[in-house]
Amino acid sequence: MSTTGQSWGRYPQARQKIISISDRHAELPVFSGSALPHGNGRSYGDSCLNDGGTLLHARTMDRFIAFDPHTGVLECEAGVLFSEILDLVVPQGWFLPVTPGTKFVTVGGAIANDVHGKNHHKAGTFGCHVLSMELLRSDGTRRQCSPLQHPEWFAATIGGLGLTGLVTRATIQLRRIAGPWMSGEMHRFKNLDGFFRLSQASDRDYEYTVAWIDCASGGTGLGRGIFTRANHAPAHPDSRPNAPSRKLRVPFTPPVSLINPLSLRALNTLYFHRQRESVSHLTMHYEPHFYPLDGIGDWNRIYGPRGFMQYQCLVPPARSAACMETLVKTIAASGQGSFLAVLKQFGNVASPGMLSFPRPGATLALDFPNRGPSTLALLNRLDDIVADNGGAVYPAKDARMPGRCFKHYFPAWESFSHYIDPKFSSSFWRRVTE
Amino acid sequence: MQKVLIIGATSAIAEATARLYAARGAQLFLVARNASRLTDIAADLRVRGSQEVFQAPLDVNDLDAHAKVIEQAWDLLGKVDVVLVAHGTLPCQAQCETSVETALKEFSTNATSTIALLTAMAARFEAQREGVIAVISSVAGDRGRQSNYLYGSAKAAVSAFASGLRQRMAKLGVNVLTIKPGFVDTPMTRDFKKGALWAKPDDIARGIVRGADRGRNVMYLPSFWLPIMLIIRHIPEFIFKRIRL
Repeated sequence: MSTTGQSWGRYPQARQKIISISDRHAELPVFSGSALPHGNGRSYGDSCLNDGGTLLHARTMDRFIAFDPHTGVLECEAGVLFSEILDLVVPQGWFLPVTPGTKFVTVGGAIANDVHGKNHHKAGTFGCHVLSMELLRSDGTRRQCSPLQHPEWFAATIGGLGLTGLVTRATIQLRRIAGPWMSGEMHRFKNLDGFFRLSQASDRDYEYTVAWIDCASGGTGLGRGIFTRANHAPAHPDSRPNAPSRKLRVPFTPPVSLINPLSLRALNTLYFHRQRESVSHLTMHYEPHFYPLDGIGDWNRIYGPRGFMQYQCLVPPARSAACMETLVKTIAASGQGSFLAVLKQFGNVASPGMLSFPRPGATLALDFPNRGPSTLALLNRLDDIVADNGGAVYPAKDARMPGRCFKHYFPAWESFSHYIDPKFSSSFWRRVTE
Repeated sequence: MQKVLIIGATSAIAEATARLYAARGAQLFLVARNASRLTDIAADLRVRGSQEVFQAPLDVNDLDAHAKVIEQAWDLLGKVDVVLVAHGTLPCQAQCETSVETALKEFSTNATSTIALLTAMAARFEAQREGVIAVISSVAGDRGRQSNYLYGSAKAAVSAFASGLRQRMAKLGVNVLTIKPGFVDTPMTRDFKKGALWAKPDDIARGIVRGADRGRNVMYLPSFWLPIMLIIRHIPEFIFKRIRL
C-alpha cells in the first residue's frame, strides 16, 4: 500500500510504501528500494520519512516481554509506546528514566533519536538507560547489543536514526517513584541572565528543569520567560490532583496557521503574566507536567496546511549566554517563531550514541509556522550562529538543515555510515549526505 | 477472578481483547495455530496483569483435535466465564470462484470449525449453567455481496448458528454474544485502502468486553454499522443485483 505520509511537523510530504511488522521473530519483509523503520511518527521533520521507499511500521510490534517490579527492569518490543509503559509501571511505583515532551513515542523511536528530557542534567539521554536491544539487519542477522556486547553496534544504533537496522526489542532500566505526583516551582525571569542564574541554582536539587521563553519579546523583555523546576513528590503530597480527564482535540486543519506575529505576541504576553507572583509552588500529576501538549489531540494542525518546522539547537557552555542572546534576538526581530519555545541546560552525562544530539551546553527548541522562503532563510541564519559557536542541531526535529551543517555538527557521521544497513535509508539521510 | 478462553488468540481483535481481560487480572487460556506467536502474546499478557496464562496450539480445521483442547481448557481453568471464538481468515473471493477446494476450505475455517467448537463447548456451558459464549461473526454475514460472498456465507452460517444457540442457552443462564465488526484495520485487511469507516482492533475489543459484561446479544461494532446494514439488508434484489458492493 503506497500512501502519502507526513511527520509530526506536517512538512515535508513523502510518498512511501508501508509494511506493518507485528512478529519480532520473523525475517524482514521483502521490499524494493530502501526501507526505514517507523515508530509512531512523532519526529518533526524528515528523519522518519523515506520518500519513494518503504516504511517498516513497527508500532504493531507492541508486546511487553518481561517486567520485574522489584528491580524496575522492563523488556518490551520496540513498538511499545511510552504511554503504554507509564500505564503499566506507574501504579507499580516506577517511571521512565528519561522522557521527551510527548508520551506518544515508541521505544524504538526513543532509541533511534536518543531522546532527552527535562532531567538531562541528572540522567543523560534515554540511551543511557537501555540495558540491551536486538538489532535485525536486512541480511537476516540478529545482534544482541549492549554496552558490553557488540558495543560498536550499540553506539551506532542509539541515536542512529533507524538506519542501522530494525530494533526489535529492548531492555530498559526504569526509575523508582513514590507516586504519580510532581512537586515543583515556577519562577518568572526577566531575561536570559535570569534563566542561567535559576538553572545554575536548581540543577543540583531538582531532577527536572526547563524554561519557557517568550521569543516574541524584544528590547528590555528580551529572553524573559518562566522557569520550571520539579521533583517526583513523596508518596503522600498535601494535594493530589488527578490526571486531566478532559481530552481536547484540534478537529480539523485550519486554512491558515493560527500562529502569526499578532496572535503570538498576545499569547506570549498572556502566558508570561499567568502567575501574579514571581514564584509559585505547585503539586501536579505527572501528565500535565511532562506532557502538556498530549492533552490536545492533533495540536500540530494549528499551523495550517503548510505545517511547521521545529528548530532545536544547542551551544556549548562557554558560549551559551552570549550565543543564546544572539539567537533569541534574531528570532524576536524576525517576528516568526511560536508560542512553544523551550530553553534548557544539558548536563555533562555523555550520550552513548555516535550521532546522539545532546552534549553539554544550553539547548533552545521552538516551532516556526512554515512560511516558505522567509522561514528557511531565518533558520539558515540561526544555523550560521550555531555553527560559528560550535553547536549542533537536532536531526529528529529537522526538515531543512544543509548537509554541510549536519556534517559540521556531527563529525562522527562518516564513521557512523559504515554501520548503516545497505538496504536502509531515509529522506533525512539522503538530504544531508548526498 | 474471571476465566477466559480465547480461540484464535493471535488475531488482532482477540489479542486486544485479551489485553483488556489481562489488565483485570483474568486467568487466560489461549488457543491458536502459531505456537511461537502464542508464546509472545502469553508473555505480554502476564506483564499486563493476567494471573495465569495457559496456551495450546490448535489448527481449527483439525476437527478431531478440538475435544482434547477443550477438555484441557476446562481442566486447567476449572470453569470458563467467557469464551471468545475469534479465529478466521479473509478468503480471496476470486480464488473461491475458480477453486471448489479453496471455497470449501475457507468455509471450513470460517464456519464449519466454528460450529464444531461451539457445539462441543455448548455441552460444557450447559453443565456449567453460567458464562458467556462470544463469537466473532461479521457484518459481511448479513447479506451476500459479490465482492466476498464466500466469507459472507460462512459468517451468515455463524450468525444463524449463534442465534439458535442463544435461544437454546438463554434458559440455562448462558449468554451467547454475536459480534459483527465492520472494517477493522488488522493484518487480515493489510492490503485494503483505509477510509473513515475503518476501526481499530482496540475499539472492537472494548465493545466485546462491554457486551460480555452486560449480557448483550448481537453487537455491531462500531455501532454505526447497525443502520448501514439495516439499509443494505433491505435493498430489494432487483436493485441489489444491479449495484456493486
